Amino acid sequence: MRALVWHGKEDIRCDTVTDPEIEDGRDVIVKVTSCAICGSDLHLFHNFIPAMLPGDVLGHETMGEVVETGHGLNGKLKKGDRVVVPFTIVCGECDQCKRGYFSVCQKSNRKKYLADKVFGHTTAGLFGYSHLTGGYPGGQAEYLRVPFADSTVQKVPDGIPDEKLLFLSDIFPTGWQAAVQADIQPTDTVAIWGCGPVGQMTIRSAILLGAEQVVAIDHLPERLEMAEAGGAITINFDEENVVERLNELTGGEGPEKCIDCIGMESHVTPSMPDTVYDRAKQILLAESDRPHVLREMIYVCRPGGLISIPGVYGGLADKIPMGAAMNKGLTFRMGQTHVQRWTADLLRRIEEEQIDPSFVITHEVPLDKGPEMYRMFRDKQDSCIKVVLKP
Amino acid sequence: MTNLSSMTSLSNITRSKGDPKVIHSGPRSRGIPESLARGLGWFSLGLGLTELLAPRRITRALGMEGKEALVRVYGAREIGSGILSLSVDKNLGLWSRVAGDGLDIATVMTALRPDNPKRDNVVVALALLLGITAVDLIDAQATAVRHSRGAGRKRSYRDRSGFPRGVQASRGAARDFKTPSDLRHAPPLAAVSKRIPAT
Repeated sequence: MRALVWHGKEDIRCDTVTDPEIEDGRDVIVKVTSCAICGSDLHLFHNFIPAMLPGDVLGHETMGEVVETGHGLNGKLKKGDRVVVPFTIVCGECDQCKRGYFSVCQKSNRKKYLADKVFGHTTAGLFGYSHLTGGYPGGQAEYLRVPFADSTVQKVPDGIPDEKLLFLSDIFPTGWQAAVQADIQPTDTVAIWGCGPVGQMTIRSAILLGAEQVVAIDHLPERLEMAEAGGAITINFDEENVVERLNELTGGEGPEKCIDCIGMESHVTPSMPDTVYDRAKQILLAESDRPHVLREMIYVCRPGGLISIPGVYGGLADKIPMGAAMNKGLTFRMGQTHVQRWTADLLRRIEEEQIDPSFVITHEVPLDKGPEMYRMFRDKQDSCIKVVLKP
Repeated sequence: MTNLSSMTSLSNITRSKGDPKVIHSGPRSRGIPESLARGLGWFSLGLGLTELLAPRRITRALGMEGKEALVRVYGAREIGSGILSLSVDKNLGLWSRVAGDGLDIATVMTALRPDNPKRDNVVVALALLLGITAVDLIDAQATAVRHSRGAGRKRSYRDRSGFPRGVQASRGAARDFKTPSDLRHAPPLAAVSKRIPAT
């Protein structure tokens, strides 16, 4: 089959690889009908996430049709089922899964020893996201083996196009959880840094959950335009001072809820000298993450407020103003998304037409155009915001 | 016929039975400008290390004895350019190489005096420097064009609300959602105020 394969920094290829095979009774093989490139795939593209190996198949936003099943599924899945495959692989049986903390499943990471060493304790296995999270081949491919399939996948009905359902695999639940864990109240101003795909989903989630004001921060005109279309007040940080504008919008009090949809690769610009400092340290391997957004959020957030972090951080970040965070009594909530906790509810909201997540798709191309699209997405060319690949 | 790198072949061996293994490599994201930038980056590192560790060999070959400290400084600069050229910010690295080439040429030109017994070596070094400057310049321009945000169409997303019923109708449409108890935060001010008896 064909698959998008990581070969090194900025080197992704559409390779011919062997087909995946069932390894365990709870496995299924899914024939992929649609998959997408995620913003967090760019961290792999840039080689900022450790423990990648040449030959790793990428992709963690996938959906398709079950074409082969293991013998231990107890009839929960059968050939022909249409499924969305969340990026988190979950056993459904461990203590964390039972609590709904699926992204820290204790059993699904088959390279637990690595995660134990690096993180202190293992987290869930993820598709196509380094050997720290199990080294599972991803879904930017024609076929995908799904381990623990009976507890991992979400069955979806026929009759709704892939484009509306595909993002249940990651960015929609990620944006939703980012907003939900901020516990948005009708009087809240919610400030969202980053208007990429996760930022756009977070904006829609905050609107659906009834925030009084949603403010979106970015500098790319097309992304700000899409954010505005979704009901956000926008701040272009190339043109305005983010802190001053947020204070102005909140009567000088600062937003109650701040959400970081950027993560470890903040935009670098001389007008924000700390970003240049971070980039220099990152190049010298003295720091892995560029936490400009964290600094700005801590500074501007209202005392007693909450900071929600769906953006991916990979390792070590420097100069986090913990003094301000502690003295202001801020609450931090973060983590990979517990996708399975939200998918059924979000599927209902799509069916009821509360939201149509396909709005974010700007490019739909065959799988073999994937390598080129990684570059285009990274360079933000052709007004690219979200790429869907068709194997 | 396989076209796999040794690292890919090696990693194929480590994969479990049911995992896909690469058979043949296809179209790639890395183009000629990026590959050339990597080559130039490694070249910078090698040259920089040589300048740092063996400056006397270079000054002797060019008849520039006494300039060893300067060569060492240039070596450090070259290593900096190399690291940048190998990084995601390769364009910055390539332009820093172009600037460095200018400095190198200006410095080597000073050795082109008639009384220098190594004048022939200086001429060869200058020719090489001019050649590498041309390569650096071409690659810096090529990567700038290839990664320019200006490439492609400018599209409008003004109509992409994502709400089939419109933004206004969607505000608070998910109020039926009950925040799980483990994700609740401080109550809003209005809710707290209600609990305070009026004085």
